[in-house]
Amino acid sequence: MADPILVTQGLCRSFGNFKAVDDVSLAVQRGSMTGLIGPNGAGKSTLFNLLTGALKPDVGAVQLDGQDITGLSPNKLFARGLGRTFQIPRPFARMSVLENVMLAPMGQVGETITGPFLFRSRMQTEEGRIRDKALEVLDFVTLGALADHPAGQISGGQMKLLELARVLMGDPQLILLDEPAAGVNPVLTATLIGKIAELNRQGTTFVIIEHDMDFVMQHCDPVIALAEGRVIFEGTSAQALANPTLLDAYLGAPMDG
Amino acid sequence: MIGVFSYLIFFATTASILAIAVLGLNLQWGNTGLFNGGVVAFFGAGAYGTLILGGTAQAGHLGGFGLFYPLALLGGMAAAGLMAWVVGLLTLRLRHDYLAIATFGVAVAFENLMRNAEWLAGGAKGVRGFERPLRAALGDGFIYNLFFFVVVLLILIATYMFLERLVASPFGRLLRAIREDEEAARSLGKNPARIRLMAFVTGSVILGLAGGLYGTFYAFVSPQDVLPTLTFQIWAMLIVGGAGNNRGAIFGAFLIWGAWTLSGWALSRFAPVDVQLYTGSVQFILIGSVIVGMLMWRPQGFLPERLVVSQRGKPQQTQQGE
Ligand SMILES: Nc1ncnc2c1ncn2[C@@H]1O[C@H](COP(=O)(O)OP(=O)(O)OP(=O)(O)O)[C@@H](O)[C@H]1O
Ligand SMILES: [Mg+2]
Repeated sequence: MADPILVTQGLCRSFGNFKAVDDVSLAVQRGSMTGLIGPNGAGKSTLFNLLTGALKPDVGAVQLDGQDITGLSPNKLFARGLGRTFQIPRPFARMSVLENVMLAPMGQVGETITGPFLFRSRMQTEEGRIRDKALEVLDFVTLGALADHPAGQISGGQMKLLELARVLMGDPQLILLDEPAAGVNPVLTATLIGKIAELNRQGTTFVIIEHDMDFVMQHCDPVIALAEGRVIFEGTSAQALANPTLLDAYLGAPMDG
Repeated sequence: MIGVFSYLIFFATTASILAIAVLGLNLQWGNTGLFNGGVVAFFGAGAYGTLILGGTAQAGHLGGFGLFYPLALLGGMAAAGLMAWVVGLLTLRLRHDYLAIATFGVAVAFENLMRNAEWLAGGAKGVRGFERPLRAALGDGFIYNLFFFVVVLLILIATYMFLERLVASPFGRLLRAIREDEEAARSLGKNPARIRLMAFVTGSVILGLAGGLYGTFYAFVSPQDVLPTLTFQIWAMLIVGGAGNNRGAIFGAFLIWGAWTLSGWALSRFAPVDVQLYTGSVQFILIGSVIVGMLMWRPQGFLPERLVVSQRGKPQQTQQGE
């Protein structure tokens, strides 16, 4: 039954003397929609950075699909089907929304200096294909009408959607979303979660950091909770609700959900 | 009359050569966000490389390879590219201000090396003994200058077309993404270090091309040609013209070179004699003021970068050039 797509063993990461992630061992099951919760400063985003290679762990190991990926750079991990979004959106501000999305596919013929000159017609055919797919993905995240806008000028919520769209262009098997609903209006959140659920049904695995407990309870299973860099709970969302340790952790630190 | 025309040709040749250099810097800064504070080193590598490779035998320093001119020019470009590659490997991990300082240091070191290593390039006396290509057939006069201007202009146009096609391609998209947010680009599978290095080397090869043409035009290059002033001038041209816009880069080159030339003329003509002694310094202050003023008043330059939205216009884009 257990078929983990991502496994960590004893991950640790300190900033100075402060242990942001402290001995985290966990497994993400293939096809799941795993919720990652915990109070502010618990180390959730730092854990994402360790999983995606944006930060190197001090100790510990990460396996993706059974292969050791500890210390691999984010670009290599994206190539292996691991996509992520950022808590604070990172759009390519002075590029159009469409360009932001068209950037993502890997190994484009036109991505080298010689490509645009030596393989011009192949590049153009490919551009056409990428553009069509990008517009499709933008429609999917409801940003189709904004394709030609500068990405730096769309709203914060729209930037979150744009990040999702960019990641989707790479067809990852595992997507890590850092507070995808934060700053997105409730109606759009509903749409967004619908889209995510749809992708999840088609086989994409998600790990979602989210402060909104209703969101987590409704959509995430299982749930993993961090506090002070440590895993304090792993289980179903129903168990999470009833778990006293978890409640303490949240009461100990103010929640911003 | 022919005097004025002749002068205009002279002016336009220099401005076009500088425009090529500004295009090279634009690829680095305008498109990729790489702050090259040592523009003149790569320009100089091109000039020195071309003259050493293409010149006649010289006593006391390297040279006399007498290569066929286009090969010498390519060699100069390669020298600039090679230098950029080494510098790039060492410094491209440095971001923004650090890269600027490091490259500025490289330029100062380059100038010092050229000034002091006589065995290499003649030291302070510079590299002589270079014969301009086709001089035997065209002489040294107006005809030659006209011919050389046409060649430079064609090279400028070719460089412009090359870069326009490059920045409109997925490669250009990649450069802009690195400029905007390196970490986001990395999370989408891109390798910023490699891409920055490619942009840095390519831009420097273009700077070397400009330097090679410059050296050819004067048939001479010395450490006086690789002073930091030139770096500032080329930067002023890009900022005033519009970083990220190749037409802006060319426009800025002509505008600033025109202003520089005019101000030099006006100072020598109208300024009091004791000020004239400081013409160079006054011009330096002027160009600094132009950069600062432009950054405050219109930081995007006269011709700002255009957002690439044309990809939406699917039919035109895919049909052209097939
Ligand atoms: N680059 C860094 N340098 C120093 N300290 C850091 C760094 N990144 C994170 N921290 C610290 O590590 C701790 C965990 O931060 P992290 O961003 O992982 O928390 P989080 O669980 O995502 O919180 P939130 O819910 O508020 O986003 C915080 O105390 C933070 O200040
Ligand atoms: Mg966080």
